[in-house]
Amino acid sequence: MTQDITVPTLGESVTEATVAKWFKAVGDSIRADEPLVELETDKVTVEVSAPNAGVLTHIMAETGAIVAVGALLGRVAVSTAKGAPPPPVVPTPPAPAAVAVAAAPEHPLSPAVRRIVTEGGLDASAIPATGKDGRLTKEDVVNFQAAPPPPPAAAAAPREERVPMTRLRRRIAERLKEAQNTAAMLTTFNEVDMTGILALRDRYRESFEKRHGVRVGFMSFFVKACVAALKEFPAVNASIDGNDLVYKNHYDIGVAVGTAQGLVVPVVRGADALSFAEVEKTIGLLGHKARDGKLSMDELTGGTFTITNGGVYGSLMSTPILNPPQSGILGMHKVQQRPMVMADGAIQARPMMYIALSYDHRVIDGREAVSFLVRVKESCEDPARLLLDV
Amino acid sequence: MAYDLIVVGGGPGGYVCAIRAAQLGMKVACVEKRDTLGGTCLNVGCIPSKALLQSSHLFEMAGHGFSAHGIKVDGLAADLDVMMGRKAKVVDELTKGIAFLFRKNKVDHVHGTARVVSAHEVVVGDRRLQTKAVVIATGSESAPLPGVDVDEERIVTSTGALSLTSVPRKMVVIGAGVIGLELGSVWRRLGAEVTVVEFLDFILPPMDGEVRKIMLRLLQRQGMAFRLGHSVTAAVREGEGVKVTVEPVQGGGAETLAADIVLLAIGRRPHAEGLDALKLDRDPRGFIVVDRRFCTNIPGIHAIGDVIGGAMLAHKAEDEGVAVAEILAGGAGHVNYDVIPSVVYTWPEVGAVGRTEEQLKEAGIAFTVGKFPFSANARAKCNADADGFAKILADARTDRILGAHIVGPQAGDLIAEVSVAMEFGASAEDIARSCHAHPSLAEAVREAALAVAGRAVHA
Repeated sequence: MTQDITVPTLGESVTEATVAKWFKAVGDSIRADEPLVELETDKVTVEVSAPNAGVLTHIMAETGAIVAVGALLGRVAVSTAKGAPPPPVVPTPPAPAAVAVAAAPEHPLSPAVRRIVTEGGLDASAIPATGKDGRLTKEDVVNFQAAPPPPPAAAAAPREERVPMTRLRRRIAERLKEAQNTAAMLTTFNEVDMTGILALRDRYRESFEKRHGVRVGFMSFFVKACVAALKEFPAVNASIDGNDLVYKNHYDIGVAVGTAQGLVVPVVRGADALSFAEVEKTIGLLGHKARDGKLSMDELTGGTFTITNGGVYGSLMSTPILNPPQSGILGMHKVQQRPMVMADGAIQARPMMYIALSYDHRVIDGREAVSFLVRVKESCEDPARLLLDV
Repeated sequence: MAYDLIVVGGGPGGYVCAIRAAQLGMKVACVEKRDTLGGTCLNVGCIPSKALLQSSHLFEMAGHGFSAHGIKVDGLAADLDVMMGRKAKVVDELTKGIAFLFRKNKVDHVHGTARVVSAHEVVVGDRRLQTKAVVIATGSESAPLPGVDVDEERIVTSTGALSLTSVPRKMVVIGAGVIGLELGSVWRRLGAEVTVVEFLDFILPPMDGEVRKIMLRLLQRQGMAFRLGHSVTAAVREGEGVKVTVEPVQGGGAETLAADIVLLAIGRRPHAEGLDALKLDRDPRGFIVVDRRFCTNIPGIHAIGDVIGGAMLAHKAEDEGVAVAEILAGGAGHVNYDVIPSVVYTWPEVGAVGRTEEQLKEAGIAFTVGKFPFSANARAKCNADADGFAKILADARTDRILGAHIVGPQAGDLIAEVSVAMEFGASAEDIARSCHAHPSLAEAVREAALAVAGRAVHA
């Protein structure tokens, strides 16, 4: 019995994918649920697994092929009830005589060529031949030897390398440029004195971790601070749809995660209803999935606001680009001890973080944007405000 | 019935083309105005001249060479009738051989003068032959010289010089090219006083300079006289003789040479009879213009051989005949014009292929010369025939053979080895490392190849 391997449903508005990699070759035995092939879409890479044990008999879509949802990727001969996989399918080996012919050089080498190749320890097959019917002439060998020796392996890298953009990279490029071209985008800055968050975190680090099984980080504070500010300034949580402004009463916060394949932005849904611990857990889970390339389409779509943390890479200040159709994105940065002037005029070293809000001025007024960012700053500097909703 | 191909001309280009086309499955006719096939080459060119060259060479050997071998000859005489009869028999057998090959390959031999009406119609007498394609292989004819009116009796071309009824006492040859020197050699060996008048300052114009020099010396030693740098302004019959007026090219007084026979051998011009109805593109010298696939400006009409110019050699025409037949059959016919040997059948012979030293210098190609004299070749010594040398020219950097020039016994056959090597892009070292039989004349070629690398063993 054979079973077709087809392209699964990939998610909302995704109709095609690129075959990124086959883990199995034709003739390989496979176990049930073993990944067979990896597909790459605009947003995620998806592994397609074999539903039953058997032997891969056909590959219909080679690596690099673009396949539509439902298209045939390959075919598996499913194991019999006894459980023994059928004998692997191997290509018919060529007749031995043909092998013998192919193994011999196509043309015997001329006497002079034979000498130079032997003396120089050259691989005759590696020398471009210009002679009759592809024969190697002494001229070919002399020219080959006279050619500048290939630079050592370390320097052997080509001056440039041209590779097709992955679907993910193409999609990132399109969306970032779309955001810049569409939105009236600008950025406002502020800074957060992290003393309060750090003190709180230090005080409850152990008990929080013991209780929730997850460490308390900055992200939960900023997510909660943003949700509070979004509630206060609904325009920042809104988007433009045609001639309408769509104000969202749900707070689905995208958290940008850098992965080997590129930037992905999984979404923490209903962040307003989550506890700090739940936010941390959710972000941790999504981050893992992102780095493993296992995020589902649902986990990547539908955010209303985004937080990006360039601080993890050391960024002190940046202007994030919007994640359309969203109207706001908060940029977090590196925490740095800086001399600050206190209310009493004293100068103290304080752990400071610059924060940036890029926003779509078509939707959000400057007053709202600046006030939003001030509100985030205040909530982070004094997390008790979040508790009291002030 | 329509033919796939009509070949106009049954010389080496035409008959080979016809046979090759028939081998490839085409229905072929070959139109030839002569009674016999083989064209100029077989009937009045290469073949009869080589027959006479061989006979006259043996005569000369008997007269001047045998004594050194301890063979005494008394009462030596040449019987010209028998000589000419043998020549005629050779020609007869070879031309009949082609007729046999035509029957074997089912090529229709149409006797008569063709008039090519279009790519699809050729008229021969009252026959209108239909065809899909035409190959013109009408060859060449002796070029005329103003002031020298050929009568083929006393003032002859090569054709007449091959059928003289008696050995002339004095012969003037106009032109020191291959034909002049070969036929001049024939009659000099048989007893004529031969004077060769040449416009240029040297003989054998397209040959390598060193070859020209040594050949001049050797021919002079044999008794041939040369007036180099002279032009013939008139040849006038006077009684049983001819008065030939020659003038130095550089200027100076004219001079009159008396001759029994004058041979006009200044070159050949395209022969394009029966093609007037066609508007074929010709070059200024009258050669039919063709592209690399031998197509003329008229679709369906091809041309090969002497009539398209280039080296006017039978074997070049033959190769073109094969190539055009293969092209017409949908193949990839090709002639490598860089590797066409040329031979002068004097004694010693000259065999040459590829480029000369002069051509390489002009092209600015750095080359190495390997040269070996036959005087150091054992077989040549045994044969008492040790004039000349073998010379190989190779690229100074890559050692690829660029040309070979041999003056010596059997040079025309020895050159074949180098032609094959060059066709395969071989280096001098390739020949040097190929075992050659000992003792053989071919060893001289190998030694020349060794000499390219400065390591000839026997010199």
